[in-house]
Amino acid sequence: MVPIAYYLILAAVLFCIGIGSFLIKRNIITIFMSIELMLNAVNLTFVAFAHQWKLVHGQIFVFFVMVVAAAEAAVGLAIIIAIFRARQTLNVDQINLMKN
Amino acid sequence: MQLVLFLIFAVLCVAGALNLLFQRHPINSALSLVVVMMSLAVIYWTLGAEFLAAAQVIVYAGAVMVLFVFVVMLLNAGEEERTTGSRAAYIAGIPGVAAILALLTYMFMHERAALGYATLGGSLNHTTSNITEISRVLFTELLLPFEVTSILILVAILGAVVLARKEQ
Repeated sequence: MVPIAYYLILAAVLFCIGIGSFLIKRNIITIFMSIELMLNAVNLTFVAFAHQWKLVHGQIFVFFVMVVAAAEAAVGLAIIIAIFRARQTLNVDQINLMKN
Repeated sequence: MQLVLFLIFAVLCVAGALNLLFQRHPINSALSLVVVMMSLAVIYWTLGAEFLAAAQVIVYAGAVMVLFVFVVMLLNAGEEERTTGSRAAYIAGIPGVAAILALLTYMFMHERAALGYATLGGSLNHTTSNITEISRVLFTELLLPFEVTSILILVAILGAVVLARKEQ
């Protein structure tokens, strides 16, 4: 018997670590990984609430999130490869063509 | 018993996430993200979501992270350079994250009794399995969204091929 609140707090902690690494990290691949971490945290919230309500709809939503995240990873990594070809760097501080 | 299982994998999960944050080399971050995803799969399993636990291991830890590691190796990404970063992120971002975390934690602990308890193995009785229930809903009520995702995947494949192609 574990309180559902503990699962939700774990999800909140993971989500906040994800935001933190999104803000702190400078490598574009690691930033992308922290987005995946945040998606996973939200998935955990969905599963916990699906368990609480005794419905599988939350789990199906997680399934759709996984599908979209996989598609997003494929497209995002292709964009990263294209950026690397054009600019020869993965550091987000140097990818500032549209700044100013 | 379930609490011990939860605590072990919750600690593993948070440790992996923090390791992702503190490692400087992208490949170390990717491998610690695999640890996070594997422990999350166990946590899903304790919540009675067996299908999602399997999908988490296969799709996330298997496919997505292999793609990440592959790109890290392909681009020969070295150690991250230490830069000051954006000042707005440190002034507004980090305190904001801490505030959100404190607020959410307080709220969940306050409403702990109302949120109820998780029992191992989920809520279903022993006549239907988790996968049966999921597939029944997915292929009857939610058939249209399910088919639309296949188009999304197709578009994503085409987009990835077009974006990663060499300029002629």
